[in-house]
Amino acid sequence: MGRDLEKYLRPEVKSTPFCPGCGHGILMNLILRAIDDLQLRMDEMLFVSGIGCAAWIPSPNFNADTLHTLHGRAVAFATGAKMFNPKLKTMVISGDGDLASIGGNHLIHAARRNIDLTVICANNMIYGMTGGQVASTSPVGAITSTTTEGNIYRPFDLCKLVLGAGAPYVARYSVTQPVSLIEAIKKSLTIEGFTFVEVLSTCPTQFGRRNRYDSPTDMLTMLKESCISKQEAEQLTPEELQGKVITGEFSDGGA
Amino acid sequence: MTNIMAKKKKGKPLINRQWCKGCGICVEFCPEDALALDEMEKANLAYPDKCNGCGMCELRCPDLAIELG
Ligand code: SF4
Ligand code: SF4
Ligand code: SF4
Repeated sequence: MGRDLEKYLRPEVKSTPFCPGCGHGILMNLILRAIDDLQLRMDEMLFVSGIGCAAWIPSPNFNADTLHTLHGRAVAFATGAKMFNPKLKTMVISGDGDLASIGGNHLIHAARRNIDLTVICANNMIYGMTGGQVASTSPVGAITSTTTEGNIYRPFDLCKLVLGAGAPYVARYSVTQPVSLIEAIKKSLTIEGFTFVEVLSTCPTQFGRRNRYDSPTDMLTMLKESCISKQEAEQLTPEELQGKVITGEFSDGGA
Repeated sequence: MTNIMAKKKKGKPLINRQWCKGCGICVEFCPEDALALDEMEKANLAYPDKCNGCGMCELRCPDLAIELG
């Protein structure tokens, strides 16, 4: 491991917990770099996660207090922890299935109540750890273990969802945009109130191999090509926007 | 050497072979084709002269296995 990140991991951690080439590993790297840039103290932070591959980003790897909770309930646990000890900088890191499908209600109500939490949602568009089932974030046409002929339902736009619920800081970037993503994570940690960063990630094992992205790099290339900026999106017709994902800041928290 | 991406460090990538899982991401996306997987499927700075020190491999590695020295 790089020496500059060593101090943020527990000494007994000897590798990342992910499959080779998993996008969540890139996100883990970038979260630690954002924390390093801000010089935050790990003993003043609490990391909360639910269940799923993304929940292993902080727990039990980060050298801080980590709370690995029930499936879908990370935001609820984080709300309680924050009430008990408001001084702790509290960061929820979990996946799309956990935060948006199973825990969708906790997510919108924490945003509505503007609880002082940073929520990083690693969205790989599928339930990875539990066997590759369709999620509320899977694109139309996605082949999953429960939609073998392609998903017929449109996916949630998570940024619009939390924005509609009143979150002051909302951004979306992909793991293929590491510099922008580090900046967004830094802002989400600095702005007070409910801050939300949706991170488009990749699951080469469960999503990639079912959808003809044969390698981790193929999946990242697909993701890179589907991401466009807000400015680019304004120039496109609804037809041209099909299959594209808009990235950027959707609410800047007054910063 | 100056580069906009590398704010703090200007060195060349050091690869931690224990942490590398050989996914090939750093190799595929290096703008200068300076990296390769070796016979053990570990990343390796095969062409050090090509590396411009941009640091993108450090940011893209999912296994925290690269650091610019
Ligand atoms: S199953 Fe998918 S999301 Fe989970 S660690 Fe493997 S590649 Fe990553
Ligand atoms: S990106 Fe990291 S894990 Fe993948 S081959 Fe390069 S050094 Fe190894
Ligand atoms: S620092 Fe840049 S040029 Fe050098 S190996 Fe890494 S990605 Fe390639």
